Amino acid sequence: MKVSMKVNGAERSGDVEPRVLLVDFLRTNLAQTGTHIGCDTSSCGACTVLLDGEPVKSCTLLAVQVDGRSITTVEGLANGATLSPIQAGFHEEHGLQCGFCTPGMMLVGTALLERNPEPTEDEIRWAISGNICRCTGYMNIVKAIQHAAKAQAAAQAKVPEAVVVAGGE
Amino acid sequence: MFPAAFDYRAPASLDEALGLLAQQGDAAKVMAGGQSLIPLLKLRFAQPGMVVDIGRMRGLTGVSRNDGWITIGALTRHVDLERSYDLPGQLSMLPEAAHWIADPLVRNQGTIGGSICHADPSGDWGSVVLALGADLVARSANGERVIHAADFFQGPFTTALGPDEILTEIRVASSSKPAGGAYNKLERKVGDFATVAVAVQVELDGGKVSRAGIGLTSVGATNIKATEAEKSLVGREPNDAVIAEAARLAAAAAEPKTDVRGSAEFKRDVVRVFVQRGLKTALARAKEARV
Amino acid sequence: MSTATHMHGRIGESIKRKEDARFLRGKGNYLDDFVLSNMLQMAILRSPHAHARIKSIDTSAAGSMPGVIAVVTGELMAQHKLAWMPTLSGDTQAVLATDKVRFQGQEVAAVIAETKYQAEDARDAIIVDYEVLPAVTSPDGAKSAGAPLIRDEKEGQKDNHIYHWESGNQATTQAAFATAHKVVRLHTFYPRCHPAPLETCGCIADVNSATGKATIYMTSQAPHAIRTVFALVTGLPEQQIRIISPDIGGGFGNKVPVYPGYVVATAASLLIGRPVKWVEDRNENLISTGFARDYHMTGDLAVDEKGKMLALRVHLDSDNGAFFADAQPSKFKAGLFHIVTGSYDIPTAHVTADGYYTNKAPGGVAYRCSFRVTEASYLIERLVTNAAIELGLDQAEFRKQNFIKPEQFPYTSATGWVYDSGDYPKAMDVALEKLGYAELLNDVERRRKQGEVTGIGIASFTEVVGAGHGADFDILGLRMFDSAELRVHPTGKALLRMGTKSQGQGHETTFAQIVTEELGIPAADIAVEEGDTDTAPYGLGTYASRSTPVAGAATAMVSRKLRDKARKIASHLLEAAEEDLEWEVGRFYVKGSPDRSKTIQEIAFAAYTNLPEGMEAGLEGVHYYDPPNMTYPFGTYAVVVDIDKGTGQVKVRRMVAVDDCGVRINPMIVEGQIHGGLTEGFGIAFMELITFDSDGNCIGSNFMDYLLPTAWETPRFEMGETVTPSPHHPLGAKGVGESATVGSPAAYVNAVIDALSPYGITNIDMPVGPDKVWAALRSKGVTE
Ligand SMILES: Cc1cc2nc3c(=O)[nH]c(=O)nc-3n(C[C@H](O)[C@H](O)[C@H](O)COP(=O)(O)OP(=O)(O)OC[C@H]3O[C@@H](n4cnc5c(N)ncnc54)[C@H](O)[C@@H]3O)c2cc1C
Ligand code: FES
Ligand code: FES
Repeated sequence: MKVSMKVNGAERSGDVEPRVLLVDFLRTNLAQTGTHIGCDTSSCGACTVLLDGEPVKSCTLLAVQVDGRSITTVEGLANGATLSPIQAGFHEEHGLQCGFCTPGMMLVGTALLERNPEPTEDEIRWAISGNICRCTGYMNIVKAIQHAAKAQAAAQAKVPEAVVVAGGE
Repeated sequence: MFPAAFDYRAPASLDEALGLLAQQGDAAKVMAGGQSLIPLLKLRFAQPGMVVDIGRMRGLTGVSRNDGWITIGALTRHVDLERSYDLPGQLSMLPEAAHWIADPLVRNQGTIGGSICHADPSGDWGSVVLALGADLVARSANGERVIHAADFFQGPFTTALGPDEILTEIRVASSSKPAGGAYNKLERKVGDFATVAVAVQVELDGGKVSRAGIGLTSVGATNIKATEAEKSLVGREPNDAVIAEAARLAAAAAEPKTDVRGSAEFKRDVVRVFVQRGLKTALARAKEARV
Repeated sequence: MSTATHMHGRIGESIKRKEDARFLRGKGNYLDDFVLSNMLQMAILRSPHAHARIKSIDTSAAGSMPGVIAVVTGELMAQHKLAWMPTLSGDTQAVLATDKVRFQGQEVAAVIAETKYQAEDARDAIIVDYEVLPAVTSPDGAKSAGAPLIRDEKEGQKDNHIYHWESGNQATTQAAFATAHKVVRLHTFYPRCHPAPLETCGCIADVNSATGKATIYMTSQAPHAIRTVFALVTGLPEQQIRIISPDIGGGFGNKVPVYPGYVVATAASLLIGRPVKWVEDRNENLISTGFARDYHMTGDLAVDEKGKMLALRVHLDSDNGAFFADAQPSKFKAGLFHIVTGSYDIPTAHVTADGYYTNKAPGGVAYRCSFRVTEASYLIERLVTNAAIELGLDQAEFRKQNFIKPEQFPYTSATGWVYDSGDYPKAMDVALEKLGYAELLNDVERRRKQGEVTGIGIASFTEVVGAGHGADFDILGLRMFDSAELRVHPTGKALLRMGTKSQGQGHETTFAQIVTEELGIPAADIAVEEGDTDTAPYGLGTYASRSTPVAGAATAMVSRKLRDKARKIASHLLEAAEEDLEWEVGRFYVKGSPDRSKTIQEIAFAAYTNLPEGMEAGLEGVHYYDPPNMTYPFGTYAVVVDIDKGTGQVKVRRMVAVDDCGVRINPMIVEGQIHGGLTEGFGIAFMELITFDSDGNCIGSNFMDYLLPTAWETPRFEMGETVTPSPHHPLGAKGVGESATVGSPAAYVNAVIDALSPYGITNIDMPVGPDKVWAALRSKGVTE
């Protein structure tokens, strides 16, 4: 079955069985492996992507189900070498350890700040409560999102400052 | 874990969807948000020949008021109800119940209609529609019929809907009297189904309860309407003794089973506690309600 | 001028992590991200029964399904002598079942197909005829007369008993109990739980049919040890095996053992001549791979009339599952459990342990734990709080009174452990101060008078990490050293390779900082590599908080070796005697004339271009570090809880954590480790549970049932620290990865017990769910 969607702004299409999960389409057909799989029961959020800007579980969507819609994955967060405020926040506040939950956490954080630029700690914790992290204990993830909120607020006030983490791949 | 193979259709209109269902009979399965169906497909507990995705058609979303009814489209997502800040006081329970369903990501995709049709006895919306005394509107290629919430849930994962029917809307008669509701849920963590949850709705008329609804989650083969407890409230001034009596009757109506979440006695007692707490909140809300 | 210019990334500096760059962009390389050309996919069929005889397996339908290349059964594995494999505890474990299945989820057959969808479709088409047998699901069941014999294939095995083991001194302990003023008993169960890293286990086996070389990508915390085990199991020459452990999405002990899937995938790749990938799903991970704990413990603490602890007596029954596969490298059957005297100066102790086979998954991995120290710490800390309550003493005071005193270190415990260093009262004081303990006690009193159910829990744990000195610790005879190889390039940049394997602990940053400290090369200029057995020096891997204590020490030592050579080169370049050179981070200068100096970068260049006569070129080296002793991190955790009488729900209002892990190399990373451990400890205390019904069906087999805390439930932690360096570690560091999981469960549960103590409740087993709290309160007539 033909399916096409916008992934990180680019038009992508493929030919898949209807049963193929969106996460498999992204990982296998499009070789975008930043979206992870952590469970079988829609419980962990490792597979989080943004569907038209809202976080959803790509392991609980069929690829064909999102035909014609727009998907953002972790690969779409940075602007070239420049990290998005959320990515920079995770780096600065040590919001990641093994990195497996990190794409999902950052996407949820991105969507949250879009909707609510100044979330309280409770609002942040509630927003990320569909995503499991086994490593960080969430303290620094909360701080990372707060960091990004502050950076965005500051950026609104003046010209944005580029944040680059060296290395890449 | 992946689903077994199936055919997939995404009809553009309700009529097209109903036509497909009429043709396919039992072989087809409707999909709304997919948040219950896709997990079942992955576990291969469900292996339909065809999935009819109604989630991509237009319409059947949102809350509207007309002709004495407040209507909720079946495809309204949990998140949209959670963020409905301007509902009449009569529906004050909706955002509260929605808030505790699953987790934020599931709420962005799952629908109220899907949840009701899934008829999981641990599902939250079932108790809400029971407490509200809502009507469920079903359409098939042959026309439309209205099913009272109290007649809808027939067993675990079993409803009064035929395989060719689609739930289109949930509606509640609007009331001009002060009314309020509350939803209390005990869950082990975010994303967990209820160990016990209780939906309570009251309507007041001159200091007395004119209508009461109580729905129980996770304590029986279906969501349970605590009819005796409801009756005990109607026509009474809701003082502590009346509330305690209703709570006792609701607990008696529960049919919990002992499992990893706790013993039957425990769950039954939490029903009692939640009916008490819920009634107090619902009464307070009714007193300050927007009509 | 000899004042050091600021060097980025020295010890004690919270520099940002080097590894973040790829993870932040979704460019990590986790196992499932690898795609080799021509790669096949494998799916494993598992037993639905806990105990059953296999009558027949029919693979004919499955074998002819689209895309299927092969269906492997135990029979085929047996033909290659691979139906069974050795475990890390000297037992054997079935790879694919041939005779019986002995736990639900046991590997029965495997399908190898072109795609994973096809592999799973065909797996469903395999037909197995089972004769179901009664199942044993607890040590009590295993002991009972007429219990079915689980390991009937084992020669000489007449019952389900695995081992009896003792430590300490029975006679002196008995004598001490005879004189005791009071004996406090706690019988408690540390239930089965699971490390459940967010990434499951898996491998890609790629056996080159031309060269015979087996390259196996594997989610392994211990790639070298696995290589050796593979060589021993399969008979392949060790140089023909290459294990590559890519980025790992969390381990927590789950990724230490060899799992049947690895062996089957490797055999399949060998037979088929194509790469075979196997990635388990979450259900498989929870039902079949390394569980943790499952200890039934009884502790008796003897105390005199002044509140002085006199003796400790402990018995435990261990539920080991169907194969004794505890992943632990000591000679001791119950691992490091006999550290059970904890932080207290208890003159004598006696520990007995019995292990049993049950129809449950094998494992016994150290879930963020140093080989059973977690169970020990839990028992003693619970026992101490219970004793304080029973004696009417303040739980903090009672602890302080009995702590091993700072001046007693090095301290030899009643079961023979030599604690390296500690200042327990200090950590306790910092915690009480943070908590505002005196005020808090009044607040608790006040709230209780108003009918609230609230309490404070304390745990002052002592950890034992850094396995370990080779005399006591080995894996199949491999001594538990670890290694570091350092190469400084001509331009002064460096490559550090280690025998350990990070799973999120930030080794690429922390170990670079050690080199920075010792050799003065900025952390940014040092690449750290781990996990490839063809390139990394031999090491035993990362678990049991051993990386910093062992490999960290190796890194310091190899850096010092290079510094010694650098001094010789500097002496040549500066034309000054070696003794006249002074080292300051990053350069050597001539004593008295600080302007005459050579930086490490200049020296590195000279190592390849301008050497003293007769000196070997290059600036590189390797060091294998066999630690003289374990290290003993410690701390005090304090928790405040409020309990809802109506629902039994426990809310953690506060959690104060004071850790002493010696010198902190990167404090930010250390704190992150502690946060994670406190959260896993919280999960274990309140929700994580693998349990079984009487037929041996696993409950807790997915994340709907095996509950992991989210950000919403997880407490906000208040952190504190003290620093008591390890006297024998070259940097004074102790290791920290697990302290918080070891220490915190008891603190959480103690708070609940303290809250319930006014009602005479002394025990609730973990996980402390609302149902249990409600039942306890109800049993005392308390209700809303
Ligand atoms: C991790 C997780 C946790 C959850 N926790 C909770 C919880 O705490 N409480 C709770 O109530 N729910 C919970 N759910 C379920 C969730 O609310 C689902 O969104 C909901 O039950 C189904 O809605 P859906 O739109 O996704 O329906 P689908 O999954 O698409 O469909 C569910 C069923 O309903 C049928 N169906 C759907 N729509 C219609 C229709 N309009 N007419 C006729 N038949 C229809 C389908 O054929 C299918 O049988 C959870 C789900 C997950 C994955
Ligand atoms: S993979 Fe766990 S929720 Fe999608
Ligand atoms: S960083 Fe490892 S799971 Fe979150």
